[in-house]
Amino acid sequence: MSGNTIQTPTSAQEPGGASSGFEGDRAADSVGAIVRGYVDKVRGGDLGALPAVLGIVVLGILFTVLRPDTFLTPLNLTNLLVQAVPITLLAMGLVFVLLLGEIDLSAGVVSGVCAAVLAQLLAESGSPWWVAVLAAVATGMLIGVFTGSLVGIVGIPSFVVTLALFLGWQGVTLRLIGQGGTVPVRDPVINGISNDTLPVWLGWLLAVLLVLLYAGLQLARWRSQRARKLASEPLVIVVARIVLIAAVVLGVTAVLSVDRALSAAVELAGIPYAVPLVLVLLLALTFLLGRTGYGRHVYAVGGNAEAARRAGIDVTRIRVSVFVIAGTMAAISGIAAASRLGSVTPGSGAGNTLLYAVGAAVIGGTSLFGGRGRVRDAVLGGLVIAIIANGLGLLGVQAYLNFIITGGVLLLAASVDALARRRATTARR
Amino acid sequence: MSVLPDRPSDGHPGPGSPTLELRGVNKSFGAVQVLHDVHLTVYPGQVTALVGDNGAGKSTLIKAIAGIHPVDSGEVVFEGRRVHLHGPRDAARLGIEVVYQDLALADNLDVVQNMFLGRERKRGVVLDEASMEQAARDTLTKLSVRTLKSVRQLVSSLSGGQRQTVAIAKAVLWESKLVILDEPTAALGVAQTRQVLDLVRRLADTGHAVIFISHNMVDVFEVADRVAALYLGRIAADVPVDQVDRAQVVELITAGRSGDLGIEPTVAEAGV
Repeated sequence: MSGNTIQTPTSAQEPGGASSGFEGDRAADSVGAIVRGYVDKVRGGDLGALPAVLGIVVLGILFTVLRPDTFLTPLNLTNLLVQAVPITLLAMGLVFVLLLGEIDLSAGVVSGVCAAVLAQLLAESGSPWWVAVLAAVATGMLIGVFTGSLVGIVGIPSFVVTLALFLGWQGVTLRLIGQGGTVPVRDPVINGISNDTLPVWLGWLLAVLLVLLYAGLQLARWRSQRARKLASEPLVIVVARIVLIAAVVLGVTAVLSVDRALSAAVELAGIPYAVPLVLVLLLALTFLLGRTGYGRHVYAVGGNAEAARRAGIDVTRIRVSVFVIAGTMAAISGIAAASRLGSVTPGSGAGNTLLYAVGAAVIGGTSLFGGRGRVRDAVLGGLVIAIIANGLGLLGVQAYLNFIITGGVLLLAASVDALARRRATTARR
Repeated sequence: MSVLPDRPSDGHPGPGSPTLELRGVNKSFGAVQVLHDVHLTVYPGQVTALVGDNGAGKSTLIKAIAGIHPVDSGEVVFEGRRVHLHGPRDAARLGIEVVYQDLALADNLDVVQNMFLGRERKRGVVLDEASMEQAARDTLTKLSVRTLKSVRQLVSSLSGGQRQTVAIAKAVLWESKLVILDEPTAALGVAQTRQVLDLVRRLADTGHAVIFISHNMVDVFEVADRVAALYLGRIAADVPVDQVDRAQVVELITAGRSGDLGIEPTVAEAGV
C-alpha cells in the first residue's frame, strides 16, 4: 500500500545504531498490528467512541426487535434525530467544562432562561427573529461570564456555584414566563429550525460535498505527514474512517430523503435544518478544540493545571472561557428546544435536561475527571440518549421507569469512565 | 528586566567564561534569612552539582535564578552582563530553563504537545503540528534519546525516566543556555537513572550550562564537573569534582566544613 518499510511496534530497535528511535511513528501497516494496537489502547483505558457506538447498535437492535413496526421507520428516525438536537447542543458546551474537570449543573436551566428571553422578545415586543436569537445567545454568554467568574476568579467550586444557579435561574425563567404560563413561539424561522427541511436535492448535494471535503482533508493530511516523515496512521485506517463517515452521512441522508408523511396526500422529505446546525457547530467547535492554541490550552489545564500555569497559560481565563462556551451552547440548545416544542414554559430546561446532556457527553467518552473528551462525544452520546428516550416512548413505559432507566444509564456511563481512568493510571509503567 | 554592562571579574570574556555568576546574593523571607552572601559560578559545557541538606536553601537558590523569588541584594551576572530577574519570563528570555521535580507535564497530552506547551507554533490561528513535531523530534535526536517509541505517545503512557527525558528535552527546545534540574533522578529505577544521567551529560556536552540538584552522591560524582555545597544558606564549597571525594562532600553538606574546605567555624556557628 505504501512504499514504507513495514515495522511493527514490537520490532527490535537497532541496538546503539544510527536509528533515532520513534519507530512507533512509522506505524505498522499490517492488519494484525493495527488490531493489536487498538486492543492495547482499549485495555489501557482509552475506550474512545466504543461505548457510544456499542450503545447505539445494541439499543437500535433492541428497540427494532421490540417495536418492529415503528422504531426503524424514516418518520421515527427523523423524530429521533430532531429529539437529539437540544441534548447534543447542550452537551457540546458541557464537554468544554468537563474537560477542565468542572461541572455546570445550571446549563439546562440556562437554556430555559435563554429560551424565555427569545420567546418573550418574539411574543411581547414582536422583535424580528434574529434580534431574539442574538439576545438569547448574548444572555447565554453573559450568564457564562458570570458563572465562570464565580468559579475561576472568586474560586467557588463549580459544583456549588452551578447548583445554586440551577435554582436561581429557574426562578428567573418563572418570572419571565409567569406562573403556569406558556409562551408560544410562532415565528416561522425559529419553528423552521426543527420542523422545516432542506430540499432533498440540496441535502444530497451538501452530504456529498461534506464527504468529499472530509476525504480530501484526511488524505491530504496523511500524504503530507508521510512526505515529511511525521507520525502518521496507516493508510488503511484513514481510508476505513473515510468510508465509515461516508456511509453514515450518505445513509442518514438517504433515510431523511424518503417521503415520511403519514398520509399519501402530502410529501414530507428532506433533512431538518437542525441537523446541519448541529453539524456546523460540531465542525467549528472541533476545530477550536483540536487545531487552535486555545483548545490545546483547555486540554492542558484539564490535564495538569499547575503545568499549564508554569507554561505561561492564563488558567483563570481558560476556566472562565469554558463556562462562556457552555452558556452560549445552552442558549442555542434552548432555541432549538423552543423551536421543536413551539413554546416555552417555566419548566423549559429543567427536569432531566441537564442529566441527559451530561449523560450524553459521558457516554460519548468525555471524562468527568477532566482532560479527556471531544466535541463529537456529545453527538454520539446525544444519539444514545435520544434512542433511549425515543424507544421508551414507543414502548409506552411508565414515567417512573423512564426516570430509573435514564438515571441507570448515566450511572453506567460514569462507572465506565471511572474504571477506564483507573485502568489508564494502573497501566502506566 | 534591565541589563547593565558589567566589568568582567576575571579577565576577558570568551570560551570558558561562566554562563552564570552569583555574587554575594542574599535572600530573606520576612525575618528568616535563607541565603547568605552566596557566590556561585556555573560554566557552559559543565554540570555543576548543587548539593545540600533539606532546608539548606537549594530550592530558594534555584527559584532566585529562575526569577520566581527575586534576590534582595547581590549581583546576578548572566553571560558577563549583570541582570535583574523579576519573573520566570525574564529568566526564560535569557535562556534559563528549570525542570522541576514534579515535572510539570500534562498526562493527557502527547510528547510534542507537552514540549511546546504554552509556546505553540501557529500558522494564523491554526497550530502548526508538522513543524512542532519536526522540531521536537530533532531536539530528541540531538540529545540521542532513543527510548521513546513515538513522539505522538501520550505522556501518561511513559515511564518515569521517559517523562524526565521529555521534561529535560522540553527545556532544551528553547535555545536554553542554562538548564536547572531539580532532583531528576529521585524516584527512578536503576536503568532509568542511567538514562537520565546520560542525558544530563549530553546536555553539558552540547554546550549547555547545567545545574544538577541531587541528594545522591553516586549520581553527583558520576555526572558532575563541579560541586557546590550549600550549608544553612551559605556556599560551603564550590570546587571541581576531582578535588573532593564523597566523604568530604557529605561532610560539607552535614557540617559545612571538611578539612580546609568550607565555612569558617565562627561564621558557621553564627548562621545557626
